[in-house]
Amino acid sequence: MELELLAEVNGNLNSIGYGLAAIGPGIGIGVLVGKALEGIARQPEATGVLRTNMFLGIAFTEALALIGLVAGFLFT
Amino acid sequence: MSGGEEGGGYVPPTISEFFPAQVIGADTWWGLTRIDLIALLMTGLLVLFFLSAFRKPAIVPGKLQNLGEMALDVVYVNVIDEVMGVKGRKYAPLLVTLFWLILAFNVTGILPMMHIAVTSVVGFPIIFAISSYVAFNYAGIKEHGVGRYFKQNLFPPGVPKPIYLLVTPIEFISTFLLRPVTLTIRLLANMMSGHLLLVLFFGATSYFLFESSGPIIFAAIPSYLMGLIFVFFEIIVTLLQAYIFTLLTAVYIDGALSHEH
Repeated sequence: MELELLAEVNGNLNSIGYGLAAIGPGIGIGVLVGKALEGIARQPEATGVLRTNMFLGIAFTEALALIGLVAGFLFT
Repeated sequence: MSGGEEGGGYVPPTISEFFPAQVIGADTWWGLTRIDLIALLMTGLLVLFFLSAFRKPAIVPGKLQNLGEMALDVVYVNVIDEVMGVKGRKYAPLLVTLFWLILAFNVTGILPMMHIAVTSVVGFPIIFAISSYVAFNYAGIKEHGVGRYFKQNLFPPGVPKPIYLLVTPIEFISTFLLRPVTLTIRLLANMMSGHLLLVLFFGATSYFLFESSGPIIFAAIPSYLMGLIFVFFEIIVTLLQAYIFTLLTAVYIDGALSHEH
């Protein structure tokens, strides 16, 4: 049977990999910041603590996207 | 649209942006690139500013000392008092230095004539991350002693015994391996991608304006506006990355100092 070429991909596949890796952290950071803002709106006096913890949470969530970025360079 | 023949065409930015030729002492082990010279300049400016601000500290501060105290207060109020409280004052020199040095190194990405962030070359974020890593481990070991510090971090209390098989490797990787790595890459990736975005848009603007023919030349306008928007975005990123790096260092030190996680 002869193989028929239906589609081909040009360029670097790693960029697609990074796009996939960014979906999860993107959603995660969205939920995280949204919830933190909700908390700040409900209790403005807790702004300081909430903001600090928000940035901490972002740092942990973002780590996944950062590892995704590096993986593109590493596993070529 | 095929301006490729005479003008070289549109060249998208590559990673080689961050490896410029050595300007001084080329091909020696200490050869300095453009980026190293900018780093030296910014460090010099920062040292000069703080030295002249606090050379003769007075109870009623003069103009320059006032400015210097404001510069310290940015870190004292927003990071140290918020995260660590009074016990964090001991680590103020490290945190203030980290914040202002990172900010000075980031801001060169949008300053005219320089246009490259020093921190977009991996060597600089690595040094910052190593200082942070050494600082929080030193703080923890000094507070608890070696054995208790590692026990507290690797075997968090209140967990059933068999679960340690799962928890301990995760805690080890996330605390002792991923923390410095993510500190480095977060700063590096943000500054690097910011620079590439700016080069992309302004490079496209220059291509549309000077090398394209026909009505496509008007594409230079949206391209230039996008570049302009990203310059403002970069200003925010510059501040935010310096703040986040300092904040995370403070949080890590605070976590290492605390009893009973």
